[in-house]
Amino acid sequence: MEALFINLAEAFTGWMIRLGLNPAWAESILLLVKWIIVITIITVNIIILIWLERKISAFFQERLGPNRLGPFGIFQTVADAIKLLTKEDIVPSAADKLIFKTAPMFFIVVAVMLYTVIPMGKDMEVINLNIGLLFFISVGSLSTIALLMAGWGSNNKWSLMGAVRSVAQMVSYEIPLAFSLLGVVMITGSLNLQDIVAAQDKWWFIVLQPIAFITYFIAATAELNRGPFDMPEAEQELTGGAYTEYTGMRWALFFLAEYTNLVAVSALMATVFLGGWQGPWLPSWLWIIIKTYAVILVFFWVKWTFPRIRMDHLMSFSWKVLVPVSLGNILLTGAGIYFCRWMGWC
Amino acid sequence: MMFNLAAFSLYDLAFIIIAGITVTAALGVVLFKNIIYSALSLILAFLGAAAIYFQLNSSFLGVIQILVYAGAISVLIIFAIMLVMNRPAGESNLSSPRTREVFTGATITAMLFTALIAVIGFTQWPIGAKPGPDNSLGLLADLLLGDYVIAFEAAAILLLVAVVGAIILAKGGENK
Repeated sequence: MEALFINLAEAFTGWMIRLGLNPAWAESILLLVKWIIVITIITVNIIILIWLERKISAFFQERLGPNRLGPFGIFQTVADAIKLLTKEDIVPSAADKLIFKTAPMFFIVVAVMLYTVIPMGKDMEVINLNIGLLFFISVGSLSTIALLMAGWGSNNKWSLMGAVRSVAQMVSYEIPLAFSLLGVVMITGSLNLQDIVAAQDKWWFIVLQPIAFITYFIAATAELNRGPFDMPEAEQELTGGAYTEYTGMRWALFFLAEYTNLVAVSALMATVFLGGWQGPWLPSWLWIIIKTYAVILVFFWVKWTFPRIRMDHLMSFSWKVLVPVSLGNILLTGAGIYFCRWMGWC
Repeated sequence: MMFNLAAFSLYDLAFIIIAGITVTAALGVVLFKNIIYSALSLILAFLGAAAIYFQLNSSFLGVIQILVYAGAISVLIIFAIMLVMNRPAGESNLSSPRTREVFTGATITAMLFTALIAVIGFTQWPIGAKPGPDNSLGLLADLLLGDYVIAFEAAAILLLVAVVGAIILAKGGENK
C-alpha cells in the first residue's frame, strides 16, 4: 500500500520506455500525467469541500444546509456546478475584455502551481525542488495580480475597491507568513519540504514552534481572503469585491481557485507543522490527506465563528502585532538553537 | 536533474517556447497603447525570465525573480499607474509624437543592442564546465551572511530608512 502510487508511476514509465520512447520524453509525459491527476483531484475534491463547508456552516448556524439532492444533500454541489457551467457568460460592455477574461484563468493557474512542491506522501511529489517552501511562498504571492486584474478589468468601483483591499491585505500578511515559516527553516536547515517532513520524525514542529504555527495560521487566513479576514469580498458592503461582475463559469473559476488555495495552504500547514505524511499504521499518502482535512476543518470553524474584522484593524494587526511577534519568534528560535547546541542536546 | 543530453531537443523546445513568450511580452510592454496592458505584459516577461532561470537549474534566482519582480514590484507598478493615470486607458502609453525624441530613443536602443550583441559574441563562454552546485542557496547564504554580512546589513538598513522615510512623506508631518 505504501508505495502504491510510486510503483504505478514506475510501471507507467517502464511501459512507455518499452514502447520505444526516449526516457526523457517518458519523464516529461509522466510529469504531465501527474499534473492531470493533481488537477482532477482538485476539481473533484472541491465538490466535497463546498458541500462540507455548507453543511458545517449550517451546523454552526443551527440550520440543515443542503439536504434535498442525494443522501445528506451530497449531490447539491454537482447540481450547482452544472448550473454554473450552463449559465450565460456575461461580459460587461464597459469592461476591459481581455483583462476581464484572463484574470480567472491566471488565478486558477497560480493556485494549481502551488501543488508542484507539496509532498503528497513518502517520495511523492510532482517535483522535488530543493527550495520548495520558498517556491510555495513566491508563487502564492502571484495571486494578488490576478485579483488586481479582475478588479481593474471589471471597470466597477466595488470590484476595484475589493481588489485594492485584497492586495493591500495580501501584501501586508505575506511578511508574517514568510517570517513564521523561517523558524521551521532555521531548525531544519533546509527549504526542501521533504527534508522538513523528515526532520519531524520525533517532534512535530507545532510543538517546537507553537508561536509560528499560530502566526502562520492567522496570516494564511488573511492570505486566503477567508473569514474573519474576508474584507476584500465583504458581500454586505462591497457586493462581492473583485468578483462582483463575474458570472457563470468565470465566477466559478475564482471560487474553484479560492478552494484550491485553501487546500494547498492546509496541505502546507500539515507538511510544515503537523509532521506531513508521517504517521503510524496508515500509508503516508492517506496521512497527508487526513491532516490536510483536519486543518481545513479548523479554517471552516474559524470562518463561521468569528465576525469580520474592520479594514484598518486588519492592517494594523498585521503590522503592529503579527510582524513583531513573528520576528520575535525568529530571535527566540535562533537563541534556542544556540542554547541547544551549547548544552549538547542537538 | 530531469533533463539530460538525450533530451536535447526537448530542452531546446522548452527554451524556444519560454524565450518566445518572454520576448513577445517584452515587446508588448513597449507597443501596447494601454499602459495597464504594458504593466501586465511586463509581469509576463518577468515570469518568462524566471522560467529561464529555472531551466538553467538556478531555481533560487527563479523563485526570487517571481517573489520580488512578478509578485511585488509589479503590484507597485500597477498601483502607481492607477494612482497617477489621468487620461483614458486606451491612450495612456502612446509613444512620443515628436520625431526627435523617437529618434534619440531609437539611437540609444540600437547602440545598447549592438553593445550587448558584441559582448555576447566576444565573450568566451565556459561550455562543458561542471554543472553548477546543486545547493546554490546554502553557498549563497554562507557568502551573504558570512563574508559580506556588513554590506548585506548596510543594504537592509538603507532600505529600512527608505521605508520609514516614505511613510513619513506619505503621512505628512503635521500630527506630531
